[in-house]
Amino acid sequence: MIKTDILIIGAGPTGLFAVFEAGLLKLRCHLIDALPQPGGQCSEIYPKKPIYDIPAFPEVLAGDLVDNLMKQIEPFQPGFTLGERAETIEKLDDGTFVVTTHKGTKHHAPVVAIAGGLGSFEPRKPPVANLEDYEDHGVAYFIKDPEIYRDKKVIIAGGGDSALDWSIFLADVAEQVTLIHRRNEFRGALDSVEKVQELKSKGKIELITPAEVVALYGENKLEGVTIQQGPETFKKECDHFIPLFGLAPKLGPIADWGLEIEKNAIKVNNALDYQTNIPGIYAIGDVNTYPGKLKLILCGFHEATLMCQSAFQRIFPDKKYVMKYTTVGGIDGFDGSRKEAPKAVIKSID
Amino acid sequence: MEQQDIKVTIIDLNGNSHTVDAPTDINMNVMELVRSYELAPEGTVGICGGMAMCASCQCYVLSDHNLPEKSDDEEAMLADAFYVKANSRLGCQLHIRPDLHGLILELAPDR
Repeated sequence: MIKTDILIIGAGPTGLFAVFEAGLLKLRCHLIDALPQPGGQCSEIYPKKPIYDIPAFPEVLAGDLVDNLMKQIEPFQPGFTLGERAETIEKLDDGTFVVTTHKGTKHHAPVVAIAGGLGSFEPRKPPVANLEDYEDHGVAYFIKDPEIYRDKKVIIAGGGDSALDWSIFLADVAEQVTLIHRRNEFRGALDSVEKVQELKSKGKIELITPAEVVALYGENKLEGVTIQQGPETFKKECDHFIPLFGLAPKLGPIADWGLEIEKNAIKVNNALDYQTNIPGIYAIGDVNTYPGKLKLILCGFHEATLMCQSAFQRIFPDKKYVMKYTTVGGIDGFDGSRKEAPKAVIKSID
Repeated sequence: MEQQDIKVTIIDLNGNSHTVDAPTDINMNVMELVRSYELAPEGTVGICGGMAMCASCQCYVLSDHNLPEKSDDEEAMLADAFYVKANSRLGCQLHIRPDLHGLILELAPDR
């Protein structure tokens, strides 16, 4: 069981910054995120896009913002459970919580802060009949273990980076890789497009464009797909079909945690500390709602800061605490590091 | 302010038609219009915020308006969207302009 002071669900900018504010109060944090990397939407959807409304950053790329936050929280040694979705929450008799992920990883903390954005990212499934019947029987939306594709016939669909990257990777593993996309152009990174072109000319990747998979067939397990290309439809045998059409967020299991939900967001007390209707569970950033709510990263930072103050009071009800400026107090990392403002040198003039 | 508004008709996912006033002077787009009138559940439209990087604001254009050409970003995103038709557009890429008065759109079921 992973133990921490504040368990943060969602490792986007708001969740990451909460680690910093908690660290100033000597509270340790652990983050859970369904995505395999921290950064939430900033990393997953628009890492190369600029953001212009982060105070004191006239312009910052979303990916760089995440990198900076990771650097900023490094002294506070946050733990991460990545690639796992928070599934259930249980309140123990002593008022603390146990959160379990879909893979069964358990986390124990006196405070839970949900910083889940628009929800956990789940694969977008194309509207192909019977698709779900073949899940785990030849259809997958993530590639977890490339070895299962060794010497198999694989069909990948999609036009973005993951479709290109996995086609390139599997070209050396699978017996046959076919990439299907609805248009001739691909929107992935240029070098990936060129690499696929090269592998195509070497006969290591078969490209079928503009086309799409419209049906699946096979008894008990996938045996092939039906492809539509222009007016023609034809069948192609395969062992695996991997549709890679990006991810979309869903509030998911959190919606069933007994929290008050309004318009797909968690209602919180914004006059005080962003606590939900369940004491000890907070919601910060895009996932919460209150009168006048704005879904902005900068608002998430503010909410994270106030949440940490309240969490401290909840964890140490008898401790007196006065907020200190970092310029005055410096930063004492859990790794033993210390950052502080240089002392002024006073020298007399003879 | 009144004269700057145009009328846009949006058919929601339940098939209900809503004719709404859309301002032309605040650089609003169709995705934002849908959200501001709450014509689809919050959190299901405009997930990427209007960067043409998700297809959650896909709609079908039913009226005969002269719309701006699709950008490469929009073309590419629609190529990875579902239930795409010849008249599909991303709402976030359609800015409310005076000449779009009378525009009729239907929200696509891709969400």
